[in-house]
Amino acid sequence: MASQTFEEISPADFFYRNREIAGFTNPSRAIFAAIRELVENSLDAAEAFAVPPNIYVRLSDEQDSTPGTYLLRVQDNGSGITSRHIPSAFGQVLFGSKYKLKQSRGTFGLGGTMAVLYGQITTHKPAQIISSTASSKVYKYRIMVDIQRNKPVILERRILLNRDRWHGTIVEFSLEGDYYRAMPKILDYFKQTALVNPYANITFVDPKGRLYKFTRVTTKMPSPPKETLPHPYGVDVEKVKRLVRVTPHNNMLDFMKSHFHRISENIAKRFIEFADISPKKNPRKLNPQEIVKLVHMMKRYEDFRPPSASCLSPLGEDLLKAGILKALKPEFTAVCQRKPSTYAGHPFIVETAMAYGGEIPKRGDFILYRFANRIPLLYDEASDVSFRVVKSFNWRRYKASQDMPIAVLVHICSTKIPYKTVGKEFIADRPEIKREVLNGIRDVARRLKRFLSKREHVAKEKRRLNIFSKYLPKIAKFTTELAGREEEPDIEKLLLSVRKVDRKKTDD
Amino acid sequence: MTEKKQTTDYSAIEKKKEAATRLVDFGETLYTQMTQNEFPWITMPSRSIENIIYSPKLRQYILGDRRVKRSARNIRHIRPLSQLVWTAFFAHHLATNRKTSTLRDVYYSAQAYEMSFKDQSESDNVIIDLETVTGSAREEFNIFPEERSAVFGDLTIEYTVPGYEGRRMNLTSHPDGLMVGPALTYSEFVKTSANKVIAIEKGGLFTRFIEENVHTKHNALLVLTAGQAPRATRHFIRRLNKELELPVYILTDGDPWGMHIAMVIISGSANAAHIRDLTTPDAKWSGVWATDIQSYKLPSIPLTERDVKRLHELQRDPRYKEKLWQREIKTFMKIGKKAEQEAFSRYGLTYIVDEYLPAKLEAD
Ligand SMILES: Nc1ncnc2c1ncn2[C@@H]1O[C@H](COP(=O)(O)OP(=O)(O)O)[C@@H](O)[C@H]1O
Ligand SMILES: [Mg+2]
Repeated sequence: MASQTFEEISPADFFYRNREIAGFTNPSRAIFAAIRELVENSLDAAEAFAVPPNIYVRLSDEQDSTPGTYLLRVQDNGSGITSRHIPSAFGQVLFGSKYKLKQSRGTFGLGGTMAVLYGQITTHKPAQIISSTASSKVYKYRIMVDIQRNKPVILERRILLNRDRWHGTIVEFSLEGDYYRAMPKILDYFKQTALVNPYANITFVDPKGRLYKFTRVTTKMPSPPKETLPHPYGVDVEKVKRLVRVTPHNNMLDFMKSHFHRISENIAKRFIEFADISPKKNPRKLNPQEIVKLVHMMKRYEDFRPPSASCLSPLGEDLLKAGILKALKPEFTAVCQRKPSTYAGHPFIVETAMAYGGEIPKRGDFILYRFANRIPLLYDEASDVSFRVVKSFNWRRYKASQDMPIAVLVHICSTKIPYKTVGKEFIADRPEIKREVLNGIRDVARRLKRFLSKREHVAKEKRRLNIFSKYLPKIAKFTTELAGREEEPDIEKLLLSVRKVDRKKTDD
Repeated sequence: MTEKKQTTDYSAIEKKKEAATRLVDFGETLYTQMTQNEFPWITMPSRSIENIIYSPKLRQYILGDRRVKRSARNIRHIRPLSQLVWTAFFAHHLATNRKTSTLRDVYYSAQAYEMSFKDQSESDNVIIDLETVTGSAREEFNIFPEERSAVFGDLTIEYTVPGYEGRRMNLTSHPDGLMVGPALTYSEFVKTSANKVIAIEKGGLFTRFIEENVHTKHNALLVLTAGQAPRATRHFIRRLNKELELPVYILTDGDPWGMHIAMVIISGSANAAHIRDLTTPDAKWSGVWATDIQSYKLPSIPLTERDVKRLHELQRDPRYKEKLWQREIKTFMKIGKKAEQEAFSRYGLTYIVDEYLPAKLEAD
């Protein structure tokens, strides 16, 4: 028997070996993923600070390196990062501030560090981070990632004075990539990000020095999400074990009331009865079997109140509409925000919109824009739940056809978006979500239908009048010549009368 | 010698004048409607299938009493009505300038006036509408089809077309025959020594007849129909029959299609139910009959499925109800064969002229 060797790898090492699962598949995807992760961190940071985001992104050729090496710089006006967390935020995977139960773009504590890590393994250069939380100091770090130990290595740390109380973060590092292949997706990404964040200013300068500027149309921002407690339907044994370990309460009633979402005295009482546990029982004394049973009963109990949506921050109909008008300049827009709903104990809200004409291209198919927690999803469209809904939708019933310039927008907000990969590209087919997406699309499609019918009616009326004003003068002219008359009959009155008479009478 | 005759139902010049007046009246009616702030409209006999009736008395198809209204107030009518008005204008323009035009010319000319026809069949159809509205045949307002057939034999005619007025011509002057075009259609008949007309379906046989002097041997005027006889030719044959009182014999291939060529000369077509003076009810179909295939033992070919289907249609057609036709249709179906005119060549090139034709003419 051959002897086996065992080794342990760190999370950074794991993601280094499996970087494709985080979206860093090839040089073109990698450059897209790096930009996107940093921009999303910046948006999160600005919203956390409750200021409309100003984000500046610059991608430039690295002068003294092999071609295909770029310097990426992303600057924001967000909250900034406290000095001691800066190295870990960018030098350690699975380190982050967004593991809370509220809607945010980042989720895994992964994206920013993956971008830095990818830059490091392709160029072997450190990353530079400058940040301030509007305190009197600005911190500047040069770091690398110790991949095997999943730890940041600090090469340089400098403290500068912050006279004007600047807040924000600047991240800069080198990476290899294929910008020209990624360019269409990157530009799409900015355009759609601007659409779904219409209160943000986003500037992008590409390696050729071309400037792309997306200016905000409003400074109104959606109300920020509130952090929430876990809903009993959404927890598992591990979660309850952790709660039991840290709870300050020594009876089940208080335990239920204070660690779970929307549990009143009454509900707690009834549930404990249902679960056949004494209300006086000290939660810290629950044994493993009792914990398993408790979780099991939570799933079976039907009278918990549904999760509230206060932990969510949908865009809202007005902002969504403003974003669409700015980005697509359509002739017609309809937006819809569905009521909050839940899947597996996680609250979610679906927002849908439909737009017609303007700058929406005719591609021989409906154009689908997918968003989740206010980020655009650009890859693997065909696997997405919204795509399937749009494909199987009965468009004919709504007078819409694929040769029309129609865009469909679906925005899903949730504390836990059911992505199928950590690359955050497409959303799984959860029946609850699918139903809401379908209902949302139906709602806006009904309004589209009204618009299309009206438009068709107007066009038909115009065609009808055109026919009269084209042929009646000809009849007048040729009969005049035929009859050998000098003067043509006056047909103005007749032409006016077709305008006034309603269609039914004329088409008899 | 038969001297020039003037029958009551015919005068080319008169008819043309009449047609021109009707066009002007048509324009006048619509013009007046418009001056009275009325949407221009007309009524005319319906040309739908249900309104096409066979008249045993006239021995041709005619239009029934049903009429249709076309009004410029109706969105679906205004375009065809304006096309009709333009066509009337154009026809009148041709007549006043003494010019002729083909159906195809009409189609193209429309474009110069920013009148659009989808295709020629649309413009042809509007011309038929104009015939229906005015009751005049298109030839009377100088519009002719492209297909042209020919005539040969001892007939002297006098031209009436511009530039040729009063000039005379004998129809034996050219060995290929003379084209039955607008000029011949509107010529006056002066004199003839012929005592019969033989209409022939195919050019080959027509030429053979001329070469073999059938016109002198049999005192005949020869008319080539070149397949289905064009309206001008049918009209011309009618004139030979009515004005000169010449009996007409028709020779076609021995198949349902040949039969029908003869029938259209005799009783007209449903398409021309709105027009009179195109038929020659007393003309005779002289062959090739199905019974000839048997009695002359002609080389023959089997009927196709299409032929048989056509025979069944003809069997039910009111024009075919007389004994001779029914007998021949039945024989065709019985023997399952057909024969072309050229089949007589098996007995030598002159057999058809020397033997078959005299027998057929005598049989009458
Ligand atoms: N531009 C930024 N401004 C403020 N904080 C940031 C910024 N970028 C990253 N961070 C912090 O670093 C953490 C790790 O970022 P990241 O690896 O992208 O994970 P995630 O965004 O999923 O939490 C974030 O949770 C956040 O606290
Ligand atoms: Mg992130």
